[in-house]
Amino acid sequence: MASGTGTNGLPQSVRAVVVGAGIGGNCLVYHLAKLGWKDILQIDKGPLPNPGGSTGHASNFIFPVDHSKEMTALTRDSARQYEELGVLTISGGVEVARTKERLEELRRRMSSAGSWGEPDCELVDPDRVVELVPFVNKDAILGGFYTPGVSVVDSLRAGTLMREYAQEQGALTISASTEVTGVDVENGRVRRIRTDKGDVDTEYLFVACGVWSPRIAEMAGATIPLTPAVHQMISVGPIPMFAETQGEIAFPIVRDVDTNMYERQNGSDMEVGSYAHRAILMSADDIPSIEQSALSPTELPFTSDDFDPQMEDALELMPEILTTEGAGIRHAINGLLSLTPDGMPLLGETEVKGVWSVSALWIKEAAGIGRAVAEWVTEGHSEVDLHGADVARFYDHQRTKRHVDARSDEGYNRTYGIVHPMEQWLSNRQVRLSPFYGREEELGAVFYETAGWERPWWYESNKGLLEEYGDRVLPREAEWESRWWSPIINAEHLAMRDRVAMVDLSAFALFDVVGPGSLEYLQRVALAEMDVPVGRVVYTPILNVAGCFKADLTIMRLGETHFRVVTGGMDGPRDMKWFGDLLPEDGSATLLDTTSAWCTVGVWGPRARDLVSSITSDDVSHEGFPFARCKWIELGPVRALASRISYVGELGWELYAPMEQGRALWDVLWEAGQPLGLVPAGIGVYGTTGRIEKGYRLYGAELESEFDVVEAGMERPTVKEADFVGKEAHLRHRQEEPAALLCTLTVDDPTSSSGVKRYMLGREPILSGDGAPLVDSKGRRAYVTSAGSAPSLGTHLLMAYLPRDQAQEGNKLLVQYMGERYPVTVAVAGSRSLFDPENARVRC
Amino acid sequence: MLNILVCVKRVPETGARITLTADEQAIDTTHLGFTISPHEECAVEEAIRLAAAHGGTTRVLTLGPAGAVEQLQNALAMGIEEATLLETDGGDWGPQATAAAIAEAARARAEPFDLLLFGNESADNGNYQVAVRVAAALGLPCVTGIKGIEVVEGGLVARREAGGGWEIFELPLPAVVSVREGINLPRYPSLPGRLRAKKAEIERVTPSRRSDGLEKVRLVVPAEDGRPVEILGEGPTAAARVVDVLRELGLVAS
Repeated sequence: MASGTGTNGLPQSVRAVVVGAGIGGNCLVYHLAKLGWKDILQIDKGPLPNPGGSTGHASNFIFPVDHSKEMTALTRDSARQYEELGVLTISGGVEVARTKERLEELRRRMSSAGSWGEPDCELVDPDRVVELVPFVNKDAILGGFYTPGVSVVDSLRAGTLMREYAQEQGALTISASTEVTGVDVENGRVRRIRTDKGDVDTEYLFVACGVWSPRIAEMAGATIPLTPAVHQMISVGPIPMFAETQGEIAFPIVRDVDTNMYERQNGSDMEVGSYAHRAILMSADDIPSIEQSALSPTELPFTSDDFDPQMEDALELMPEILTTEGAGIRHAINGLLSLTPDGMPLLGETEVKGVWSVSALWIKEAAGIGRAVAEWVTEGHSEVDLHGADVARFYDHQRTKRHVDARSDEGYNRTYGIVHPMEQWLSNRQVRLSPFYGREEELGAVFYETAGWERPWWYESNKGLLEEYGDRVLPREAEWESRWWSPIINAEHLAMRDRVAMVDLSAFALFDVVGPGSLEYLQRVALAEMDVPVGRVVYTPILNVAGCFKADLTIMRLGETHFRVVTGGMDGPRDMKWFGDLLPEDGSATLLDTTSAWCTVGVWGPRARDLVSSITSDDVSHEGFPFARCKWIELGPVRALASRISYVGELGWELYAPMEQGRALWDVLWEAGQPLGLVPAGIGVYGTTGRIEKGYRLYGAELESEFDVVEAGMERPTVKEADFVGKEAHLRHRQEEPAALLCTLTVDDPTSSSGVKRYMLGREPILSGDGAPLVDSKGRRAYVTSAGSAPSLGTHLLMAYLPRDQAQEGNKLLVQYMGERYPVTVAVAGSRSLFDPENARVRC
Repeated sequence: MLNILVCVKRVPETGARITLTADEQAIDTTHLGFTISPHEECAVEEAIRLAAAHGGTTRVLTLGPAGAVEQLQNALAMGIEEATLLETDGGDWGPQATAAAIAEAARARAEPFDLLLFGNESADNGNYQVAVRVAAALGLPCVTGIKGIEVVEGGLVARREAGGGWEIFELPLPAVVSVREGINLPRYPSLPGRLRAKKAEIERVTPSRRSDGLEKVRLVVPAEDGRPVEILGEGPTAAARVVDVLRELGLVAS
């Protein structure tokens, strides 16, 4: 694309406009240039090198270990890049514990360090903390988690170097003090940006302006669901102990996580930051202009009332230096940063083609994000799986101001919180209710949220089953594993295996594919053969061009030119975007979101056929309604689409009925089920116990873009003839020896050193028999992808990708959990089911 | 022993562009924090130093809205012992009414003040009058624009910069002194000071409002010169560019 210069100094036409010269925009232009992009225009309304956004007041430190695999990967890549640029200083860092609960959490952090491969982390006692950080008050703490690799980065300098690199490549034009006034979109695709210095035609618009991103997105008719929020910081100095420090930092950074604070040396001062105060949210339009600001638009006047309670905590932890004669509060700000509804960044293409979000990121992960997003836009996928940060993950209701504000508010004080893997959000609930909701409530359902849906996780009405099954429900003694859990889940599981259960699956996301080109289109999207007879149900992985998992879902062929895609509630918007982006340009196939039209209830168990046949005259025998088929049947007053598949390893059907008839469907099933011992079962069974006994994989746990189909043990005997996305790579993967293989492991003895049975919850490291990390030939560590009770097998199961040579059935290994190691055995290498391996219960 | 009163005024801490309220009577403070003038910060510092050196008590006083407690607490955090808020409903008080209210509050105290310290002028209105008017109302000697105070037997010696030299004044106590920035380097509030300030009880008095000689018609923001700031570079690499600019300005020989 030509880029002649207009009269205003801006090019008339470019390939990409990057709005924002903070850390996000700078990292992005650097990586776009590295990947060979030319004709990039970067603009910012502020001056360089510090245009006045959140980067200018960031604390700039990097703690590499996070429970999130994705964030840890991005953070470690960032630290590596900053080091290459020469802007990184290793300081080390200690997260200190003031409570016993926190000590337990630090043990869990050790597990994450092991799973993600951060070296040399250790749990330390108070004496060792004081050795590392001599000004910490030993009496205030119980211990700490020391990460030698913690570092600080000069983020402004990094940005300058990155822009300079892009300029040296002849890839980048920069225009500071330039404000975007509008974005022109044509046919759903960005065409042009308008600025106070003139208009520029562009193919891509990258919105990388942090707290202002929602405003720029809105100009294009897109949404970037974040809210600006205040994070308070004070700087106390001069501190004589710091006088000798050469450069910025000599002492490890302390995260006083129980008080939601951090203390980090910055030259002769100690910077104290807080996430403990009330969440102070703003809107992008309320942020002052550069001229209106006393400091910068994102450094707002300090509100001391909010911070005062924190000072006592800081003084208790570091009394000596914070009360040094002559040391005072030299600087205090309410710094603005970006909060999102789920705490993850907002990356990827928005609702408008060509408009990408690179927003809501911290310095610590920015360089990794710059690289990943540049790869994504250039090659269609990134080395680090970004599905958790994909801006397309939100449903419309999750983009409302109410939702963004409520969850940001709730999440803010969890910044350093002890967050249980199953922890539920409390705010803005009851947004999506299935027609079964009222009945479920009557049955004492305990509701968890999935993408806004209230879903029963178990039913208190099933409490009586506990007595029936006794110790077979694998009761949990430790508080952590019993939190957000109930033994009733395992009782419901056993009742399903013995009798029959009904499960509310209305949170499924559905989209219909219609039009003469439907088959050809789906053949291109899906790995599985889609040229099947009408009435077939096909389970299929969806691959990216690298042959790795983008999704896994089922597709029903409802007619010659009509298919229905069924995917998980959490995955709906992302999958919808993926499918939408691949639609044929000639319009021969179209996509229609039918999620809100259909409710779904699953009925499974040995008596499922008895149940269904008692209320239908349609043939539901094995011969008349074989496995992996779907057809319309009458169920009392309702005509439902029945699909004979199972994610729990039992005979049964998913029953799809019009949303408004759901209640009638529930009632007719419920009534008919009473003589058969029907139980309502929650997602605790569907999502964990039922599927893990069968070794069924879950997107986001086992299946993600870091692993391919062969590694997941899911390759089919043959590959279909038709071309599909990722085929070339998939064929290559089938030729190669996989670096890892997904295995199912049994926990041989869950008894801890103190005699308590402990049950892993997922993401823990798997170690060799002598305690060494298991690393595959691609450098990936073995960790637990899913964990759960297997009540029918009387054990606790783990799934993990193991290096190929370790993936041998019978192999004895260890899992590290809460500071202890437990013996485990590889029970299945590959995808065979541990429970009912012949699938006799399903195909009968 | 010195009983010292230091008077401060809560003012908006503005950025480069000042925005007015719709009625043009005040600065729009939606995005702004508040502070006191640099002269007043020095007055607070001077009060703390004098009391530390010579013994005595320190009290900070302001006339303003409830929010002015913030400025009192900042002074307490620096080391002032007690605070008085002459609480108004937020309207603008001219120098005459302000001085009358301060004089009345000073007169009402059982223990009279030996020294009343002011900043030379407020950061917003800059009327340069309150200290003088308080002194006149209380019948006390007054010097303004002071950049040095020394306590001597029976009074104090105050120094004011005048051209290339100093004007030296001897005052008996009690006296009123307004100081200028530069008399000292004010300390930052310490953390323990901040916590003390938070807990300190603040005396609140509702002042009676006198008529004012001055009436504000409206505020006008002068036109900006519109010249952008140019950053010449960072670190040693900027040196060549700095030399160029110095040459352009004729400050060094070409």
